[in-house]
Amino acid sequence: MFEGNNLAELFKTPLHAVHLELGAKMVPFAGYDMPVQYPLGVLKEHLHTRQSAGLFDVSHMGQVRLTPKSGNVKDAALALEALVPMNLLDLGLSRQRYAFFTNDTGGILDDLMVANRGDHLFVVVNAACKGADFEHMKKYLSDSCKLEMIEDRALIALQGPKAETVLARLAPEVTDMRFMDVATVTLNGSECWISRSGYTGEDGYEISVPEADTVALTRALLAFEEVEPIGLGARDSLRLEAGLCLYGHDIDTETTPVEGNLVWAMQKARRAGGERAGGFPGADVILDQLANGCARKRVGIKPDGRAPMRDGTPLFATEDASDAMGSITSGGFGPTVGHPVAMGYVDSAHAATGTTIFAELRGKRLPATIVNLPFTPANFKR
Amino acid sequence: MKFTEEHEWLDTTEDEGVVTVGITEHAAEALGELVFLELPEVGTKVVKGDEVAVIESVKAASEILAPLDGEIVEVNEPLVDNVTLVNDDPTGKGWFFRIKLDNPSDMDDLLDEDAYKALIE
Repeated sequence: MFEGNNLAELFKTPLHAVHLELGAKMVPFAGYDMPVQYPLGVLKEHLHTRQSAGLFDVSHMGQVRLTPKSGNVKDAALALEALVPMNLLDLGLSRQRYAFFTNDTGGILDDLMVANRGDHLFVVVNAACKGADFEHMKKYLSDSCKLEMIEDRALIALQGPKAETVLARLAPEVTDMRFMDVATVTLNGSECWISRSGYTGEDGYEISVPEADTVALTRALLAFEEVEPIGLGARDSLRLEAGLCLYGHDIDTETTPVEGNLVWAMQKARRAGGERAGGFPGADVILDQLANGCARKRVGIKPDGRAPMRDGTPLFATEDASDAMGSITSGGFGPTVGHPVAMGYVDSAHAATGTTIFAELRGKRLPATIVNLPFTPANFKR
Repeated sequence: MKFTEEHEWLDTTEDEGVVTVGITEHAAEALGELVFLELPEVGTKVVKGDEVAVIESVKAASEILAPLDGEIVEVNEPLVDNVTLVNDDPTGKGWFFRIKLDNPSDMDDLLDEDAYKALIE
């Protein structure tokens, strides 16, 4: 199953030994040996996170600090705006925003989180892209900013409706944070950089913790009865139900933010007529699509039957159409909704909610319906 | 009970030449929690190696192959709405279908329990 992967060459997160001790099934992911599930199993891990609190090791992700040489964080924000179609200049102190790096053809190089931490910007990027992202930022931002890949911190996420109650036992002030707030908080005696965010559709926190303190903090959190460790398997089904994109599947260098249905993440200031309209890679393509539409769109897809429709399944406008109009980019079973769930690309003419389309599964054309995302309502503390 | 290298079990029934087919505990465990099952239609003639059923777990889809030549004479219909029975009781309530074998003696060529255990160890 893992042919071609030399396990000895995989990176290990600071929690690797804890995963093994907890009985995790480990798989190679983005160059790391990561837990795909624990003995509880994917289904129960998923449901536990929605009902209580799940702890995720996301230390494989890249943590980057952008410090402006001028000392003014607005200069770092403006510099980074040259790479992303977001308004970062107005990102408030201790606030975080979702962003993506675009390329010259309007495609997406990676998606990321950017936080204003007062004297610097703190950026979290995907594991598989972190090397390329760092080089990309270095190339364009080195004149104005000092860039540091933070290698001495792990990243863990505590997600679910009980996350606040649990984390408040270690630091009561986390209760005051709203969705997408960031703060420096002492947890279990160590200085952590936390954000009230995550990638499950649930309330929760992402916690950047000094490497040396990671195991102790993780054990302290797992000691609470509300908390279970959650693997990559449930992380994937949780984010899919939440309608969130997996980079490399639902969005990539070939999909624009307009096609990817991520226009909500592009603030007015960067759109046509905004104070700083354009000025990011691929702006001509992206602003043109915003004004005139695009040929295809990422949509939520609910298979009408019980059969899951997975990544790569071709999609057709009608039962007998000869050419596929697109394909599923993420799909599986949604444990919370109790039916199969998927996302994929379809012709814009067939992207309206309620439209019936057909997916070819094992030689058969099966009906599916375009639905609004997310499949499960977001449970954030706004 | 006999076994295939594809992790299916076959057990004889009271009816001459009719065997019950399911997947082994080892297979059920490896697949993880099952969420979908598609069974063949009764009356389907199958040849060894034909794809006759589809089973999906939270992780992936797997095809169930006909273990021997014959005709599907019964399927475990209630299993479709309660597929987790395969995880809970793979060699009992989690059976998939029954085949009337063209050549009942084909059973002799399959693995016995010791040979199957050796295979999965």
